[in-house]
Amino acid sequence: MQYMLLINSSEEGWATLTDEQRNEMHAAYGAFTEEIRAKGVMVGGDQLAASSDATTVRIRDGETLVTDGPFAETKEQLGGYYLIEVESLDDAIEWAARIPGARYGVIEVRPVVTQPAEVAG
Amino acid sequence: MQDAFAAALERWPRAGIPSRPGAWIQTVARNAAIDRIRRARTLERKSELLARAEAAEEEDVDTLPDERLALIFTCCHPALATDAQVALTLQAVGGLTAAEVARAFLVPEATMAQRLVRAKRKIRTAGIPFRVPPDHLLPDRTTAALATVYLIFNAGYGPPVRDELCDEAVRLGRLLAVLMPDEPEALGLAALMLLHDARREARRGEALVLLEDQDHALWDPARIEEGRRLLDRALRLRRPGAYQLQAAIASLHLEDETDWPQVAALYGELAARQPSPVVELNRAVAVAMADGPDAGLALLDRIDLPRYHLLHAARADLLRRLGRDAEAAAEYEVALALAPTSQERAFLTERLRSLPCANSRPAAAP
Repeated sequence: MQYMLLINSSEEGWATLTDEQRNEMHAAYGAFTEEIRAKGVMVGGDQLAASSDATTVRIRDGETLVTDGPFAETKEQLGGYYLIEVESLDDAIEWAARIPGARYGVIEVRPVVTQPAEVAG
Repeated sequence: MQDAFAAALERWPRAGIPSRPGAWIQTVARNAAIDRIRRARTLERKSELLARAEAAEEEDVDTLPDERLALIFTCCHPALATDAQVALTLQAVGGLTAAEVARAFLVPEATMAQRLVRAKRKIRTAGIPFRVPPDHLLPDRTTAALATVYLIFNAGYGPPVRDELCDEAVRLGRLLAVLMPDEPEALGLAALMLLHDARREARRGEALVLLEDQDHALWDPARIEEGRRLLDRALRLRRPGAYQLQAAIASLHLEDETDWPQVAALYGELAARQPSPVVELNRAVAVAMADGPDAGLALLDRIDLPRYHLLHAARADLLRRLGRDAEAAAEYEVALALAPTSQERAFLTERLRSLPCANSRPAAAP
């Protein structure tokens, strides 16, 4: 089964970290990515640019509305993701728990839809 | 605190301590046949089992114990909301209909049916595995499963009292004790529920009946005996836990003469594991019985829960026993103002009126 692990953390909090702390986080993510790749679990994954660099697009009444910023103002912002292939939710949870950001932010584990009929209405 | 436990161990008769048993899950895992069956299951088969569980017969003789355990753990998976865990456990494991579960929780049937449908869909879509969790996840998941069963029991204990929920919780507790015989907290929880439930008939009725005033003749000796047997087995495993402690306290309360020092010590042990103002309150009450009201008051003074009616009621009671009637009356009035049920208010009003100085004070608003 495929899951997306959505990494949400406070950009405000990140801004208060020292350079040394940030380097530590980068290293931790590097090590994590290396391991999840080596185990054949990782299908994809990226760090995303800051939410302030996001652009929101909507079509309403035939009009294309483009705005600056993320689609919602939240306490924690989406900063990256991993797309993984594992046997069950328990495995996905275990990997999510080991993401360095889990200690400061929130990891959302979202199953990837393989059969559209399964999607909740 | 070790002494309290050692004392408890001495107290109950035991026929020799068995050699320490291996973890039950290792026994199950060693059964290669069951393992092979588990691995052979496809997603369709899991759904089929869940569907079968919906139409669950009370006693499915053909079902491997391992399957029933897997079902319980699946229903109590942390990815499911608590109310979904409770509803699903009652339906899939307990065999209650959606209508029965709805009635028990005073929720419209359509709402409960929806809750169950969503829970099952989540299990499928999110890939919650149908299995007994692996060793490294087992401690946390066992805690969760036991907590769900205890939640059902507490819901039934009331108010309002719902016998069918207590019955179901006791049944589930017994099942877990049978399926996990080497898990002391599973035995402890079953014991705890049986010992509380044994007093069911004595609690019935409009008025609040204090433990010390209950008619012992109404207590169920069969449940008491079964509860104590389970507790005995749990204690022999020498892995104390919160449910075992509470069961031990419950058992002591069922004696003709309550051993208050031991109850106090057990609450102390419980407080160390599950610190909470309620546990501290119960401990203070026990200490008061063992060492006198002053000792109890000293402990009550350390509890910071100004809006908790039982704290004021307990303080009032101890002050009353010390003859400090004016202070007692003041505390009863605070308790009255905070008490959530009419039963409790009636009880507290009666206590207030029984104080010698009560008649000269204006009556408290109910």
